[in-house]
Amino acid sequence: MDAAPDLAAESQAQLSAEIEAGHRAYEEGLEQGLPEELGPRRDWPPYRSSLLRHPTKDLHHADPETIELFAPVFGERDVGALEADLTVQPGGEPIGERLVVRGRVVDGEGRPVRRQLVEVWQANAAGRYLHKRDQHPAPVDPHFTGVGRMLTDDDGWYQLRTIKPGPYPWKNHFNAWRPAHIHFSLFGREITQRIVTQMYFPGDPLFALDPIYQSIQDARARDRLVATYDHDLSEHEWATGYRWDIVLTGAHRTWTEPEDGDE
Amino acid sequence: MSEPALNEPALNEPTLNGPLPPTPGQTVGPFFGYALPYARGNELVEPGTPGAVRLHGTVRDGAGNPVPDALIEIWQADAAGDVVGRSGSILRDGTFTGWGRAETDREGGYWFRTVAPGSTEPGRARFFAVTVFARGLQDRLFTRAYLPDDPGSLGTDPLLTSLGAERRATLVTAREPDGSLRFDIRLQSDSKGEETVFLTYDRSTQPTRSTQPTRPARSARPGRDGAGA
Ligand SMILES: [Fe+2]
Repeated sequence: MDAAPDLAAESQAQLSAEIEAGHRAYEEGLEQGLPEELGPRRDWPPYRSSLLRHPTKDLHHADPETIELFAPVFGERDVGALEADLTVQPGGEPIGERLVVRGRVVDGEGRPVRRQLVEVWQANAAGRYLHKRDQHPAPVDPHFTGVGRMLTDDDGWYQLRTIKPGPYPWKNHFNAWRPAHIHFSLFGREITQRIVTQMYFPGDPLFALDPIYQSIQDARARDRLVATYDHDLSEHEWATGYRWDIVLTGAHRTWTEPEDGDE
Repeated sequence: MSEPALNEPALNEPTLNGPLPPTPGQTVGPFFGYALPYARGNELVEPGTPGAVRLHGTVRDGAGNPVPDALIEIWQADAAGDVVGRSGSILRDGTFTGWGRAETDREGGYWFRTVAPGSTEPGRARFFAVTVFARGLQDRLFTRAYLPDDPGSLGTDPLLTSLGAERRATLVTAREPDGSLRFDIRLQSDSKGEETVFLTYDRSTQPTRSTQPTRPARSARPGRDGAGA
């Protein structure tokens, strides 16, 4: 599903060489004065599924109109308090290493994104998603859906409880494995800040091999997707803790806090 | 990360990619389908709502093949042109929130039941703000789906007038015989069609906007749940 069958025989060595060549070209460009790239490349052939799914024309500049300067509002009635805890499941507990993941959602100026929706989804400890099209023959965990939602608090903090997802194979090339990750979906205060991304775990040996992670050319930018182990978040005899902050793109709107005492 | 100052000053200058470098995006992957879509996510209004319209289309790749694993989100003003600041997009209890989410089906098709957005300012062209995600697409794409009905405002729209006819046509919905609005999305040009114009709001390469947008109507104040209370 992720690649045509004739591509499935390509080796990791071949993919790794493509990734390295791409990164070398980026580094050379930096030396010649080309700008630092903050995000992933959409046009990145090592991720084979992107070949026909990336625009070939430059993104067109638009000044945001009024609607684009605002974002949808989500509230307590949209998101249940228990949805931030993926380890609470009917009938029993999921298998795996319990985790607390906590961080702050801020905009480019460092201002907290308050009471906004955060959605997460992930594989179980064996690297299997509860998705009908996941064909990986690893066990399904009857006590783990891997789906969660929460609202940030008044200071932009989110916190979820889960288990550590396993790495999983995919069909980009022969013996392709994704590093363990949690998918995150985030909103800001303007729709222009909307982002979907993935959080990774420190020191994953699969980083260098992964065309998706490596689609971000800049090493410092890639590091921004890696959580840090935070012993202060670990809970005695219960769970280990990871910290991962998310910075959305800056704001366009002249922003005065509308919430407090403004009306 | 440095903590922001307790007293956040209003910004005088709008910024994008300000002092803090943004977290990079990553593809939504193949398995979002059991996580992000939710019941009636694509139904912004109930059936039979006066003015209800179906916004629909097909997402295609650079070979013209349908993309069956894309996610489309729309964000819009209400019929009066107000930006709605109400929660309830997930609850879907009949409150119009202006936001919806649809996954594509096996034939790359998606649809929303909504109302046509009004002009947020007098005389401005009306459009749905659209965000596209897909397996194989590393980072979300922004675009706009304009209503086809008012040629006057379309003819003065700053974005549309900055585009050639063929490119511009990718942003304007088609009014179907049944009254619905069709908005097809092409992630990449192919022999059968022009790639959809996708947008960046990044200011770094462009002069800044000289005027600030008008504030939304009072009833449409964004913010916390129950804004205005
Ligand atoms: Fe994944």
